[in-house]
Amino acid sequence: MSGASDRVPLPYLREAAVALRDTQQRRNLATATTTIRAKRAAVTAEMPDWEALRVAGAAIKAHTLANLGHYLERLEERVMAAGGHVHWARGAREANDLVRGLVRGTGAREVIKVKSMTTDEIGLNRALAEDGVRAIETDLAELIVQLAGEAPSHILVPAIHKNRAEIRTLFLRAFGIAPSDLSDDPAELAGAARRYLRERFLATGVAVSGANFAVAETGSVCVVESEGNGRMCTTLPHTLISVMGIEKVLPRWRDLEVFLQLLPRSSTAERMNPYTSFWTGVHDGDGPRAFHLVLLDNGRSRTLSDDVGRETLRCIRCSACLNVCPVYERVGGHAYGSVYPGPIGAILNPQLRDVERDEALPYASTLCGACFEVCPVAIDIPRILVELRHRTVERKRERSPLPYGSAEDAAMVGAAKVFARWSRYEAAQRLGRLGQGPFVRDGAIRSLPGPLAGWSAVRDLRALPRQTFREWWRARGAGGGATPGEHEGEARDG
Amino acid sequence: MAESARNAVLAAIERATHQVRDADPAAAHDALTRGYRQRGGASLPECLERLEERLEDYGVRVTRTTADGLPAAVAAWVAERGVQRWVVPPGVPEVWLSSVRGVEAIADDAGPRELDGADAVVTSCAVAVAETGSIVLDAGPGQGRRAATLVPDVHLCVVPASLVVELVPEAVAGLADAVTGGRPLTWISGPSATSDIELVRVAGVHGPRTLAVLLVEDA
Repeated sequence: MSGASDRVPLPYLREAAVALRDTQQRRNLATATTTIRAKRAAVTAEMPDWEALRVAGAAIKAHTLANLGHYLERLEERVMAAGGHVHWARGAREANDLVRGLVRGTGAREVIKVKSMTTDEIGLNRALAEDGVRAIETDLAELIVQLAGEAPSHILVPAIHKNRAEIRTLFLRAFGIAPSDLSDDPAELAGAARRYLRERFLATGVAVSGANFAVAETGSVCVVESEGNGRMCTTLPHTLISVMGIEKVLPRWRDLEVFLQLLPRSSTAERMNPYTSFWTGVHDGDGPRAFHLVLLDNGRSRTLSDDVGRETLRCIRCSACLNVCPVYERVGGHAYGSVYPGPIGAILNPQLRDVERDEALPYASTLCGACFEVCPVAIDIPRILVELRHRTVERKRERSPLPYGSAEDAAMVGAAKVFARWSRYEAAQRLGRLGQGPFVRDGAIRSLPGPLAGWSAVRDLRALPRQTFREWWRARGAGGGATPGEHEGEARDG
Repeated sequence: MAESARNAVLAAIERATHQVRDADPAAAHDALTRGYRQRGGASLPECLERLEERLEDYGVRVTRTTADGLPAAVAAWVAERGVQRWVVPPGVPEVWLSSVRGVEAIADDAGPRELDGADAVVTSCAVAVAETGSIVLDAGPGQGRRAATLVPDVHLCVVPASLVVELVPEAVAGLADAVTGGRPLTWISGPSATSDIELVRVAGVHGPRTLAVLLVEDA
């Protein structure tokens, strides 16, 4: 990845404000999420035992995470017994250095990659580039965003923000095709990518993948995909390096009977995805001769230490929560400033990364609960969002130099006093009516001064009316007789 | 350094989970509730019908035949597709191909470029799942190395009815020995596909663009 994706994202609220003005992206997102929502609803409704599968999926994941050390040690033992190598990485840098070392050992100048959020999380492509190694994304959508110099905007459909005309323009430039030889028909565009990548699959000796699941009992690693690029990468090269977050392990082979049902129906809204590959170490005469599994922590063990964190780590990266989220549908994936966008990103990033920048993410939600309803492992995202908001407030309070906590606390205390007595409330309304004058435009307040500026930057407020309902009611009782409609009209003019 | 990273990660996990982990993880795992369907209730004809319908939904052409009719069905398919060179993995029963004439057979351990030059590949399978329209290869006899069913553009799969199950858990149970024995698995549900451009499903990105199934009703 290069160019725009290297840019440090602005805080969520600023990114969201920019994204909301991108009408093309909003149209693309609305079409895509609406389509996939309907399909998901249909393929889950046809399963009489969908809820039982969700319950089992949640229980298996919860059990695994509670016993994570045990299962990781078993996985390591089984992979090694099958001829594979296992490496451990505490953080992104350590993981990148490990992979760089392994690639250097092969002498390869190019590696082919299967779509992997974990390697995006650690910025592996950039790290490889420092050694002059080019990482070629082979998933069609990942290739599109790589060619555009952008970052993925959706877990499952990383190029969801790009339409066919934009993709055609990218391909013409990157593949050196004459404009008359390529239309914007999706089948033709996919065909151009097939021709471009086929040669690389046949010639490249090293592949890097992620992993959807790994089985502790057998040492088997699994990649779930649609296009066949995953099969190409895990089969044709002589060396395969898979980077896997430690939370992806499952106890037993049998557990796949649950997740092979939950994942495809929740993510691509299919009864089954086209291709699922399992491999166990190395197989004599079939597939790579060297297999390396890199187990990545990068904030996961810290997240594991409380029940909110363990529940978050159940996530199997299906992206169903993105597709139902009214906030995601409008701001898109980039605003979240992470490879994990949407509702799951709003709870995962603040826990994995523990940086101040992510403190706004738990607020990127209306708490409508749609994400919880569709989550295949029943993560109660709204409950976790509220808990993380609470933690943010606590942290702000600790950081604040004010004796009564944060400025927000002070405002809340003041508001409580005002709302407690009708006389104070009405006095405040009269004061507000006098004070709002300079800030009202077209009946709305869009920006406020001083400590309120941050609050009003992302909220439009209706101006206080010239007369409140209670004032009107009293005036009416006293023989006044104006109708509310007239007053509303006046307020709008003010 | 690798050793220290390993110990550091495991120690951090231990600190995070020591109050919640089970004394006997295997027993706790056995006790997990599995309220979903483990065994299907459909009859074999119903299963075959559903498999056929689900495969066709993915754009797969399904042809029904019998054990006696299979050689002619294979030969007719080869003639219709104009196959001249194809990959025949060891263990594909000779009788299946007994009516095929004039097609060059390539071994499944050929290099990727030679495989790329084949028109098709013919295999058996380990199990097929009716509910999801899936065919599973487990590197057993007649199924070939993984590259052999991936690089050629067309995959013809012969599915004997006796290998068809209704539900995913039944298939997973049937594959336990292969996985425990360290064999690789490939689950195939339709031809290679992508929906990456405006969510329009396009068949055939990197894997075989065509998957054809011969369903043998009495085998």
